[in-house]
Amino acid sequence: MMTWLRFPLTTLALLALWLLLVGSVGPGQVLLGALLAALITGATAGFWPRRRRPGRPWLILRYLWRLGLDILTANVRVAALVLDPRRRPRPFFVELPLALEDPFAIYLFASTVSLTPGTVSADLRRPADDGRTLLLVHALDGGDATGAAERLCRDLKQRYEQPLMEIFP
Amino acid sequence: MMLAIVMPVALAMISLALLLNLWGLLRGPDMADRALALDTLYIDSIALLVLLGIHFDSQLYFESALVLALLGFLATAAFCRYLVRGRVIE
Amino acid sequence: MLIDLLVSALVLLGAAFALIGSIGIARLPDFFTRLHGPTKATTLGIGAMLAASSLHFSVQGEGLALHELLVIVFLFMTAPVSANLLAKAALHLRVRSIAAIPRAFRASASDRSQ
Repeated sequence: MMTWLRFPLTTLALLALWLLLVGSVGPGQVLLGALLAALITGATAGFWPRRRRPGRPWLILRYLWRLGLDILTANVRVAALVLDPRRRPRPFFVELPLALEDPFAIYLFASTVSLTPGTVSADLRRPADDGRTLLLVHALDGGDATGAAERLCRDLKQRYEQPLMEIFP
Repeated sequence: MMLAIVMPVALAMISLALLLNLWGLLRGPDMADRALALDTLYIDSIALLVLLGIHFDSQLYFESALVLALLGFLATAAFCRYLVRGRVIE
Repeated sequence: MLIDLLVSALVLLGAAFALIGSIGIARLPDFFTRLHGPTKATTLGIGAMLAASSLHFSVQGEGLALHELLVIVFLFMTAPVSANLLAKAALHLRVRSIAAIPRAFRASASDRSQ
C-alpha cells in the first residue's frame, strides 16, 4: 500500500506531470494529483527492474546543459549536410562496447547518442561470448576518414558515458 | 506585428514538409522507409497544430497536439513490431 | 514587441528545421541516413515551435503556459526510442544500407523464421 513511499522521485514526477497537464496549482488539483501519483507509482512499482536512484543533481544539470548545447550543434550540422546539394554523406556503423550496466542508464546513453551530432543508436545486443553489451551506432558522415570509428567511440564514451557512470554509480 | 508576417511563411514551410513526408510515404521503397516517413509525418503535424494554435490564439489546439504525440509514438512502435514480428499482439 | 520578435524567430526556426528534416527524408540516399532527419531536425523544430507557443500564451495574460513543456519532454523521450525501433525493423528486414553492417548485428536466416 505504501510502496509509493519507496519511489519519491517517481511520485513527484507524476504529480508535476498532472499539474502541468491541468495547468493549475489549486489545492484540489494538488490533492487529486498526489493521490493519482501515489496510486500509479504503487501499481507500477513491480515493473521496475530494480530500485535505482540517480545521485548528484549538479552532475545531472551539467549533463542536461551539455546535451542541450549538443542538440543545437547537431541540428545545424545535419541541416548543413542535408541542404548542400554537392555533399554526399559517407555513413558508417560503429559497435560500441558499453561499460554501463544499469538498464535505465543505458536507455539514457542510447537516447543521448540518437539526439546528438550525426549519430543514431540503431541496436543493442549482448553477444553470447562475453557479458558486455554492444550498442550499434550509425554515424551520418565522415566514414571516409581513417580511424573515424575509433575516434567516434572514444568521443561518445568520454563525453556521455563517463558522466552517466558518475550519475548512476 | 512581426508574427503576422512570419506566420504565412511558417505555415507554407510546414505544409511543404508534410508534402515531402507524403512523398516519402508513397515512394518507400522499403516498408521501413514508409514507417519512417509516417513517423515524421505525425511529428510535423504536431508542429502544424501548434502553429495553428498560435495563429488562431486558441489553446485548444494544444490538446490535440498532445493526443497526436501520444498516438503517433504508439503507432510507430506498433508498426515496427509488426514489421519485425509479423503481428502486433501476441 | 520584443516578445513578438522572439516568438516570430522561434516559429520561423521551428518551421525551418521541420522542413529540413523532411528534405532529409526525401533527399538522403538510404534508410539509415534518412533516419537522422526526424530524430534531430524535426525534434528541434518542434521544440522551437512549442517554445514559441509557450511564450506566446504566457504573455496573453492567463498565467504561465507551461504545458507545452509536457509535449517537448515527451517527444525528446520518445524520438530516440522510435528511431531505435525503426532501425531494428530495418536491420531485421535487411534494408539496403550504404554503410557496412557489423556481423553481430546482421539479421540471420534463423532470426527471420522466428
